Amino acid sequence: MTEPAFIHIEGPQVRLRGDWTIANYAALAADIARLRPRVADDADVDLGAVGALDTAGVSLLHDLLGKDRLAALADGGSPLPPERRALLQAVVGVIDAAAPVPRAAGYAFGDIMERAGIGMLAFWRHVIDIAGFIGITLETSFHVMLRPRRWRITSLAANLERTGLDAVPIVALLTFLVGAVVAFLGATVLAGFGASIFTVDLVAFSFLREFGPMLTAIIVAGRTASAFTAQIGSMRANEEIDAIRVGGLSPVELLVVPRVAALLLALPMLSFIAMISGIVGGMLVCAMTLEISPTMFLSVLESHVGLRHFIVGIAKAPIFAFLIAVIGCLEGFRVEGSAQSVGEHTTSAVVQSIFIVIVVDAVAALFCMEMGW
Amino acid sequence: MTNIIEVRGVRNQFGRQVVHDGLDLDVRRGEILSVVGGSGTGKSVLLRTIVGLNRPAAGSVSVFGEDLLGLPVLRRAAVERRFGVLFQKGALFSSLTVAENVALPLIEHAGLNAADAGRLAALKIALAGLPANAGEKYPADLSGGMIKRAALARALALDPDILFLDEPTAGLDPIGAAAFDALILTLRDALGLTVFMVTHDLDTIYTITDRVAVLAQKRVLVNERLDVVADFDDEWIREYFHGPRGRAAAQAVSPAHGVPHKPSHGGQT
Ligand SMILES: Nc1ncnc2c1ncn2[C@@H]1O[C@H](COP(=O)(O)OP(=O)(O)OP(=O)(O)O)[C@@H](O)[C@H]1O
Ligand SMILES: [Mg+2]
Repeated sequence: MTEPAFIHIEGPQVRLRGDWTIANYAALAADIARLRPRVADDADVDLGAVGALDTAGVSLLHDLLGKDRLAALADGGSPLPPERRALLQAVVGVIDAAAPVPRAAGYAFGDIMERAGIGMLAFWRHVIDIAGFIGITLETSFHVMLRPRRWRITSLAANLERTGLDAVPIVALLTFLVGAVVAFLGATVLAGFGASIFTVDLVAFSFLREFGPMLTAIIVAGRTASAFTAQIGSMRANEEIDAIRVGGLSPVELLVVPRVAALLLALPMLSFIAMISGIVGGMLVCAMTLEISPTMFLSVLESHVGLRHFIVGIAKAPIFAFLIAVIGCLEGFRVEGSAQSVGEHTTSAVVQSIFIVIVVDAVAALFCMEMGW
Repeated sequence: MTNIIEVRGVRNQFGRQVVHDGLDLDVRRGEILSVVGGSGTGKSVLLRTIVGLNRPAAGSVSVFGEDLLGLPVLRRAAVERRFGVLFQKGALFSSLTVAENVALPLIEHAGLNAADAGRLAALKIALAGLPANAGEKYPADLSGGMIKRAALARALALDPDILFLDEPTAGLDPIGAAAFDALILTLRDALGLTVFMVTHDLDTIYTITDRVAVLAQKRVLVNERLDVVADFDDEWIREYFHGPRGRAAAQAVSPAHGVPHKPSHGGQT
């Protein structure tokens, strides 16, 4: 479809042929780099044999001939047809503005130090942001709580369904499997001491105190913190948050409080399901490999394991829920208008909330141990 | 004069809402066609149908003499490469800078290296009327009018054969809008572009368009030279062209008779 383009230079004569279009750009750019020094100052340029010419071609002409000669060609006196002169003129008019802006050269050591400093400051500011956001959320929740007319039941119910009900299958399945694995481990290790009956205790203690709430929190952090960030983040990218603010409404009240409340309700319930299904998983393994029947399993459970352990475990769930929801929402508000930013903050929300869940769980375990709970 | 786009009997519907029914439209090679119509009459949907983003429930769309809907994927991609589209909301890639947005098609389709693409992108950005420092900005940091210009620069990146513009001058200052019109006209004359433009801007219609297509009652009511369309016997069209704004725009262009220049066509392929 496109003809190849050529440059002929004979003394002061510069003759151009073929299609000066983007399709020939790469080839022409190479030729021009080679031939440019041979174009005489008083060169006589003949564009008569040029076929198609587009803006890319004009940019190449500019490289070959320089701005002044291009402007002369665009002038009234040249033999070019008027529409081609108009194109040359349009490009000549802006070519100076298109000159690349020089960039400040980097300085490796300084750049590294600068980045490290920026990173430190960003981290510090982030910690302050989280604390501030927790404060705002608590304050707003308190205000809303006192005024039942401002409870957003519909939004709460929708969020409860998405974060709670929809997560039941995955939570139940995963904790069931982990319960089975823990029972297998217990069976293998404890059988060596002839104490395989304590497998029951192992499964029950670990699920009531630790695995039930923590596994659930990690699954929910992956599922829900990311969803919160993506929802609020794309609203922010779309200026919806600004619209809420300008409309005299509080984005925290409208978006954050129902999500936090929903997760506060959902996570304890999910943790309870996780405990049950983890213990059921362990019970099944006990029945199959250790010949501890479910009846026996349950009676051991009843006599060995106090209610206290369940309370310690389930009490952690609302704390996890609050932290996950707040981090998810805060990361959403930190999104800055691009699709990439939504992705970055979603990742960051998941990483942070899993991190904080494990840290809080470890601290709580130490605390309970010291307290003898 | 050959038709570069032929739309025949197109029917578009969303759920139970029928947007187009038996819609026919011709776009001629090298012309600037304005598509007008009330809000929600389906101008954007028509544009999306022609460029292949929206599959009509019935009817056919042929571009460059080929039936787009029946074309194999690779062939179709080659045809679509000859389109430049400016979307109503810009649709710039939000995670790339303006310069990268414009350079992307140059690198992907024209096979330029990054340095050449960057230089050409800077030229297109300047042609579209943006200041030099706009190239480094991200779309989220641009004003509404700048987004339009950046989107035009991207649409022009490959010097396409057909330029689809969805309300290009909405949100531009009047001086910028006039410069925009002049640029489109220059490019059309020099490159032989065909321009399919959805617009509400009466000044644009009076200054640069060759023909006007009016979308109403789910089809193209009339697709003719401006003077013919303006005299067409229809309530909406009369309001549109002979209302206060229409009269003002007509007078601004040619006080004597209210009809702009005759269509001229740049001839090259
Ligand atoms: N994806 C979609 N799903 C459902 N309805 C749609 C969709 N896209 C468009 N519509 C409907 O089709 C109709 C035409 O929309 P379109 O965007 O083409 O209007 P328009 O003529 O471009 O209006 P405007 O001048 O305001 O841009 C509208 O009623 C719109 O609601
Ligand atoms: Mg539209």
